[in-house]
Amino acid sequence: MSFWNDPLKVAADWLIGVFTGWGMPEIAAQILIGFLGIFLLISLLMVLDIFLVWVERKVVSRFQDRIGPNRVGPFGLIQPFADIIKLLIKEDTTPGGADKVVYNIAPMLSMMSVLILWAVVPLAPRIIGVDLNIGALYIIAAGAIGTLSIIMAGWASNNKFALIGAFRQVAVMVSFEIPMLTMLLIPTIFAGSMGFNAITEAQDVWFVWLAPLAAVIFLIAAIAELGRAPFDMAEGESELVAGYNTEYSGMKFGMFYAGELLHAFTFGGFWAILFFGGYRFFGLEQVSAFLAIAVIIFKAMIGYWIIMWVKYTLMRIRIDHMLGFNWKFLTPLAFVLVMVVALLNALLAGTPTWLYASIMFLSNVVLGWAALEIARSYSRKERTRLEGAIQVVEVQH
Amino acid sequence: MTGEQIIFILVALFTLGSGFMVVTTRNLVHAALWLVSTLFGVAVTFALLNASFLAVVQVVVYIGAIAILFIFAVMLTRKDMRDQGPQTNRNWWVGVLLSVLTFAGLFFLLQGWNGLSKTASAIPAGFDAISELGNALISPDAYVLPFEVASVLLVAALVGAVYVAFNRK
Amino acid sequence: MVPLSWYLIFAAALFSIGLFGVLSRRNAVAILLGIELMLNSVNINLAAFWRYGDVLQMTGQVFAIIVFAVAAAEVSVGLALVISVYRRRNTVVADDINMMKW
Repeated sequence: MSFWNDPLKVAADWLIGVFTGWGMPEIAAQILIGFLGIFLLISLLMVLDIFLVWVERKVVSRFQDRIGPNRVGPFGLIQPFADIIKLLIKEDTTPGGADKVVYNIAPMLSMMSVLILWAVVPLAPRIIGVDLNIGALYIIAAGAIGTLSIIMAGWASNNKFALIGAFRQVAVMVSFEIPMLTMLLIPTIFAGSMGFNAITEAQDVWFVWLAPLAAVIFLIAAIAELGRAPFDMAEGESELVAGYNTEYSGMKFGMFYAGELLHAFTFGGFWAILFFGGYRFFGLEQVSAFLAIAVIIFKAMIGYWIIMWVKYTLMRIRIDHMLGFNWKFLTPLAFVLVMVVALLNALLAGTPTWLYASIMFLSNVVLGWAALEIARSYSRKERTRLEGAIQVVEVQH
Repeated sequence: MTGEQIIFILVALFTLGSGFMVVTTRNLVHAALWLVSTLFGVAVTFALLNASFLAVVQVVVYIGAIAILFIFAVMLTRKDMRDQGPQTNRNWWVGVLLSVLTFAGLFFLLQGWNGLSKTASAIPAGFDAISELGNALISPDAYVLPFEVASVLLVAALVGAVYVAFNRK
Repeated sequence: MVPLSWYLIFAAALFSIGLFGVLSRRNAVAILLGIELMLNSVNINLAAFWRYGDVLQMTGQVFAIIVFAVAAAEVSVGLALVISVYRRRNTVVADDINMMKW
């Protein structure tokens, strides 16, 4: 395998040769190379994270019809470095009466829960951290650790507003895990496996054409999991100061903030892998592994842009509306969708691809339209109950 | 001492230490957090046993739901933020005695037991635990009935928990 | 190779620690924490027996999954009861919840 096709294996073999040449036993060399691989991945992710701060600020400024940072370096590219330096030189405070150990571990756990997600992301046909055959379930597990870190942050700050913010955020995250988990079942049904490599390999037709409603529900649930607007109860600046990270300053806040941006980018990536073909782009990934990495980063950026678009366009939803939306609309719809997709998948087992794809697509569209109609009629009834029947206004000439 | 044995001993010590902290610490929120680390140790033990699905479900269900439920319950049932009074009841020495006796009895029994193969047999190649598990849970001559009964149980628990804890104001 | 007895002794130790927690703690939530430890030790036993017995028989893993479900159900109902009792009597100390004793 040449270097361009399979860079990781070539590099690993060369390094093993070097290490055993120095007299290290083979097993120690392999463990060391594993650690080096992890270190390389995390370093690249951290650099990407800094770049994401710049992307976020530029995009939000464009949505708000202004220019954004453009003084520090060309196009403001050095701005995130200035931000990080500012955060690093700030005083590292701990509120009095706070639980020191829990207070300090919470930002570390939050960042950790995002970084461990990248162990299962398939970057190229033969570049993946570990090809778990339960990859889709693993990302829910990593989200669970993130949920825990938010509760720890909110409780350890010894601050009632932080605690309320943390409770609300955790209630939203735990509630929206259910539609997300259910929507993860749909690529699993199509691909026959939960492993991300298998899901990517099975996407000759992108799964978004087979199940667009699943992609939409997954996106909504993922935005709620991330704690971004319109679901950002924790950071409702006008409501709860800054939610669970009120009492954090300096680099600990930086870890929460950068962790949240990286988490959003990661879920953009997962949206791309699960529904938009991952690193596949009409055979381009077979040419070189670096092209595959470029393709998936590009798709993840587009997913991240859509998540930012939603954040800076929609307004925050009230907490009881949020939870009512999940339990009364999204979860039943997700369950019905999984049943319909599983049933159709079994019924259409041997049909040609175009028939399968079009029937699946139609079923999703019909289901989404039916759900919206039910929601619309329900809201119409609520409105007539609250306001009386709609009066017909006659125009007086 | 092979590497596997060393790893197992480290994981076991970590889990048992966290478990001990769960039952002895005064601050209940700390106890819930020590429970999280115990549950994580148990998840790593599952991974050591090649039960990867169980390991991930352990993290999702126990740490992601049950431990958080415990933390919520601890925070909702405290009169103020401080801990008051002794944490162990009057007969705590009976508890120590019984648990030591239980462990000693089990240890004595399990020391020399040779019932199953003492070392694990290799997993046959191409064995996909996930699909085998899925088959076992759904196939009529395997375990579909306990599976369905467990789901009915969960619905009953859901309705019961909501009804019992409902705040009728 | 880790012998099977090591796993079983580990599970037995975790069970005893959970037993101590259940028998000696005053707070009802702390008693439930001890119960969780005992259920986890049972799960370790089941998974170990699955691995060291016939790997093709998924009985051990299925049983462990049912234990997950039962534990989740029991914890949610138990904590709902504890919260409900706290609302009425303003205490969670198990000794003080004694309305049915003489």
